[in-house]
Amino acid sequence: MAKISKKRESKKSRKPSKVTNKTTPVKPEVSYDDDDAEVVSEGDENITSEEEEDERKHQKLLEAISALGGKKKKKLAERSEAAVQMSEFTVNAEGEGDKIDLSDLIGTLNKTPAVPKKTKKQLQNLQTKNTIESPLSKQESERIQRDVAFQKSAAEVSRWTSIIKQNQRAEQLVFPLKQEPSGRRPVEKVVCGWKAQTPLEQEIFSLLSVNKQPINDPVLTPKEEASMRAMSLEDARIRRAELQKARALQSYYEAKATRERRIKSKKYHKVQNKAKRKEFLKQFDEMVKSNPAAALEELNKMELSRMQERMSLKHQNSSKWAKSKAVMAKYDGEARKAIQQQLEINKDLTEKLAASLNKEEGEEDEDVGDPEVLPDFVNDAETGSDPANPWMRGKLSAEPAEKEASDCEAPSVAMGNTEEEEDEQEVEETEEEALLREFDSRRKLRQSQESDKDPEMCVTDEEEAEEEHEATATDHPDTSDKEEEELSEFKSLLQGITDSQASRAEMPADAEPTQTSAPLEEGLVRIRTLEDIELLGQEEAPTDEAPAETQEPPSTQAPSSAPEKAKRKRKRAIDVKDVLTKEAKVIRVPLDPTVEDAEELDEKDGQRGLIKEAFAADDVISDFLKDKRKQEDAGKPKVVDLTLPGWGEWGGIGLKPSRKKRKKFRVKVAPPPPPRKDQNLPCVIISESRNSSACAHQVSSLPFPFKNPSQFESTIRTPSGRTWNTERTVKKITKPKVVTRLGAIIEPIAREDVMKDLMKNQKQASAGKHTKGHVDSKNKKKHMNKKKTVTAR
Amino acid sequence: MKVKVLSRNPDDYVRETKLDIQRVPRNYDPALHPFEVPREYTRALNATKLERVFAKPFLASLDGHRDGVNCMAKHTKSLSTLLSGSCDGEVKVWNLTKRECVRTLQAHEGFVRGMVVRFCGNSFFTVGDDKTIKQWKMEAPGYGEEEEPLNTILGKTVFTGLDHHQKEGVFATCGQQVDIWDEQRSSPIRSFTWGVDSFSSVRFNPVETELLASCASDRSIVLYDMRESTPLKKVIMNLRSNTICWNPMEAYYFTCSNEDYNLYTYDMRHLDRPVIVHMDHVSAVLDIDYSPTGKEFVSASFDKTIRIFPRDSGHSREVYHTKRMQHVICIKWSADNKYILSGSDEMNIRMWKANAAEKLGVLSPREREAVNYNQKLKEKFQHHPQIRRISRHRHLPKAIYSQAKELRVMKEARRRKEINVRKHSKPGTVPVVSEKEKHIVTVVK
Repeated sequence: MAKISKKRESKKSRKPSKVTNKTTPVKPEVSYDDDDAEVVSEGDENITSEEEEDERKHQKLLEAISALGGKKKKKLAERSEAAVQMSEFTVNAEGEGDKIDLSDLIGTLNKTPAVPKKTKKQLQNLQTKNTIESPLSKQESERIQRDVAFQKSAAEVSRWTSIIKQNQRAEQLVFPLKQEPSGRRPVEKVVCGWKAQTPLEQEIFSLLSVNKQPINDPVLTPKEEASMRAMSLEDARIRRAELQKARALQSYYEAKATRERRIKSKKYHKVQNKAKRKEFLKQFDEMVKSNPAAALEELNKMELSRMQERMSLKHQNSSKWAKSKAVMAKYDGEARKAIQQQLEINKDLTEKLAASLNKEEGEEDEDVGDPEVLPDFVNDAETGSDPANPWMRGKLSAEPAEKEASDCEAPSVAMGNTEEEEDEQEVEETEEEALLREFDSRRKLRQSQESDKDPEMCVTDEEEAEEEHEATATDHPDTSDKEEEELSEFKSLLQGITDSQASRAEMPADAEPTQTSAPLEEGLVRIRTLEDIELLGQEEAPTDEAPAETQEPPSTQAPSSAPEKAKRKRKRAIDVKDVLTKEAKVIRVPLDPTVEDAEELDEKDGQRGLIKEAFAADDVISDFLKDKRKQEDAGKPKVVDLTLPGWGEWGGIGLKPSRKKRKKFRVKVAPPPPPRKDQNLPCVIISESRNSSACAHQVSSLPFPFKNPSQFESTIRTPSGRTWNTERTVKKITKPKVVTRLGAIIEPIAREDVMKDLMKNQKQASAGKHTKGHVDSKNKKKHMNKKKTVTAR
Repeated sequence: MKVKVLSRNPDDYVRETKLDIQRVPRNYDPALHPFEVPREYTRALNATKLERVFAKPFLASLDGHRDGVNCMAKHTKSLSTLLSGSCDGEVKVWNLTKRECVRTLQAHEGFVRGMVVRFCGNSFFTVGDDKTIKQWKMEAPGYGEEEEPLNTILGKTVFTGLDHHQKEGVFATCGQQVDIWDEQRSSPIRSFTWGVDSFSSVRFNPVETELLASCASDRSIVLYDMRESTPLKKVIMNLRSNTICWNPMEAYYFTCSNEDYNLYTYDMRHLDRPVIVHMDHVSAVLDIDYSPTGKEFVSASFDKTIRIFPRDSGHSREVYHTKRMQHVICIKWSADNKYILSGSDEMNIRMWKANAAEKLGVLSPREREAVNYNQKLKEKFQHHPQIRRISRHRHLPKAIYSQAKELRVMKEARRRKEINVRKHSKPGTVPVVSEKEKHIVTVVK
């Protein structure tokens, strides 16, 4: 016990001296918020000045104590008041340090052998160990606490920085911020919060519960569940295996299909399609022999598809693509080819099946097919007064294009003012040409060359062709007697129409003999076959007798034989090409209006003349020039004459100041101005002076957010109204910055929502990266495919 | 002879169904629409003029109080409900759509100092000069029932302000110290003091809901965290701040209304310098409230005007006044961002539009588009002198106008003097102090 008490004493007694030593270095760091701080610092100074003196006293005392023999130490073991030692202001009680400590005796203890080693060691330990620092003053500790707390909350609040900045920069903010997603909610959610309230609902629910019908998810009755459970394990396994296999197979097929679909090579698809068709035809032939019923069905199917094709606009050159190609066709061989292909597809599809079935029969088939088609166009022809306008005709808008494509079913009616007619004519021409070639093998080569040359040449060709064809028609009516017989009824039908049309058509033709296209348009009949041509010829022979006679010699050389038929077939292919070359000619069409324009011009001239007459007296131009001269003169610096007659020389009547003097005193006031802006513009006066009335509306200095005038000007220059911008752009430009919903309470931004959103975004971003990578790989694959196809080509 | 006849293809103009929009063909060729800038300028000018013509912000006056209106509270869940407390201790509940008082209760003896609606909207708290905090039901008592508070807490000192936590059952009062109360307890769960003896206003941060700020009579603004045992920081200004309001969309910004005619927006992390000083009032600013969008705030002043300031602008965009409106003591911005409510000395509550020229009610799409376009034009040409002049023109009562002029002259004189002093003293001895720093005395950690 004695030992312990000693130790305690030693501790306590040591404290004050330590404190005094400790406080001195700490003090300068502390700065108090209140006036107390100053007092404290003064105290500090006192202490530091007295320190050395203390040390000396201490030494002296030590010596004295060693001399005394250490009897008085018990007196010193008194309790010292903590408040005195560590006052708020850490000022020491006077003379505290002067007292004798127990620790002073430790040095002597070491030397005495009576003290056990253990205690010595403990004492040594005590000496080396630091004492606990005195607690900080209340103010200081509170200050530190506040500081820490503030740092914490500041950091917490700083999390909002990005969101706040984002909102400040946002082009549009929609309040309230937390809006429920629009659209329908899943049924389960709606049902969850709903309770049966009305008696009817309750009744329904009770019924459901009685019959053990499911109310919520999963929507299965107990029976169904039981049956689900009933299947044996083995069955289930087998079934699962089957399903797996099926799924795998399906996925393989799907993958294959997508791969094939993704191949962009047209050639590949063409070859494939062709192969398919061939195979199908083969099968079909067999089927005709083996299973006529199925074949008939197939036939029906084909017929149906044909009908569909006839109804649709798909391959009829009326699409945007086709139009663009048609424009290009003049210059681009590929475009021509593409159009041709499309036309061919259409033709293939719309062809009568009988023809496609047995091709060997040749032209006869075509002829046979014709009468069936003809009644249609007969009807069409009569109703149409404005072929461009489908509504006026009371038919589908697809019709004109279809006609144009499907070998000209409708006859050309009006004069050459629409594209379609032109096209039709061209088709006619090509046929006629083909026919001609049959008769005239000698001219064939030259003809084809000419047709390829340019559109204008083509027109002349057309004329020739027409004439020639007519000639042939008149000369050889007997070549196609059989067909004539077949078409006798049709002819009789047509006769009336054609007559009237022809008479109508001839009128403008006579009126405008210069027009090249005029003679082509007469007639109502679409020329599809030889017979038609013949028919045309018969009807129009009297009108065009003279040219026909001139063209006689080549036509006489036309023998009709089997090899030539074959030739004609080949020509057919070429013919289509011709059609296309002439399609490019469409642009050239509007010839009629020129005459009208001339009329208009005359009218205009008349008006101009009137005006001229009315203002004959006003010489505006000279007035203007005078005005300009005046302005220019006003801008020039004036010479001021400062000569004073009589100064320095004789003055009087009849005396003028001398030349020298005048030269000296004539002063040009200002330097010449920079050249005028309208110097080289004879019809303009540009005033460079400041206009005060306009000035009131102009911005005098650069407004704040703008860095340079051009930036500001550009913002002013771009119009935002709907007169200058599309609807969508206007909406985008005039978007208000803040949108609030009527009658909605706007809650303060909530930490949870925003943070949740942020988290979501981050997640999405990370997920997006993955998907992006996936897409990239896909793209790469695509690229690879492309490359492959390129190399294949 | 050729007869020309108009022949159009109906495909181009006939709608497929009557629900389709009529096609209006437009040609955007700029050559066809010349002079775009002058035309738009004229439109902008007209729009600005019309805006001024239609600027009629005053909607209604709610009278019924028998003493000055000292405080108001917005209902948290209902837009049409407003609560107001007057200097005679009476609290009134108003229906704003009908513009009538639906309930009156004698809440306190003496002033009703503060009032706040609980976040759920079922009850509200009042504090008064009689040292009590009372909680009331929002619904009026049934027939025969007496009007009694749900809960009454007797405090030791007078309470001068009150605010409720955004999500929890905790509220804060201020008087001699700032107290945090749990609704379930009758003694505060926490009290903050920092060597000051009176606070005038306390507000919870609506975003970072654990933070508070208060204005003290020793010209300081003190920040607190409800979770900490000590206040966070305080800034001492030249003159006393009356009220404080946090921005509801931007967590660390708050604005205080000051006795020196200005309002100061602070970033709570940097109290040594306000972000913006909002000047325009010509007398002490008594109250402030932020718009729920956090883009603007409205201030009520002793100079009998209300001013609307954009959050980031030093000057007001709008000033409202009426002949009969006296010192405006309290102000609120409605939760749908459409209206402003002001309570003033002469016992009336006034309802104003937040945008003076705005058309109330539902706009048809075309109307809305026109409004948007006009707004855009005004914004685009706002720097042009004529438009600027028209849009900024406001009528002011003579007293306020002359006072403002006087203040301007005084300010200019001070500035000139400072420049002169600087000119005639050793370089560096008279430092340039920015307007923002001028009003701050010190920041105490």
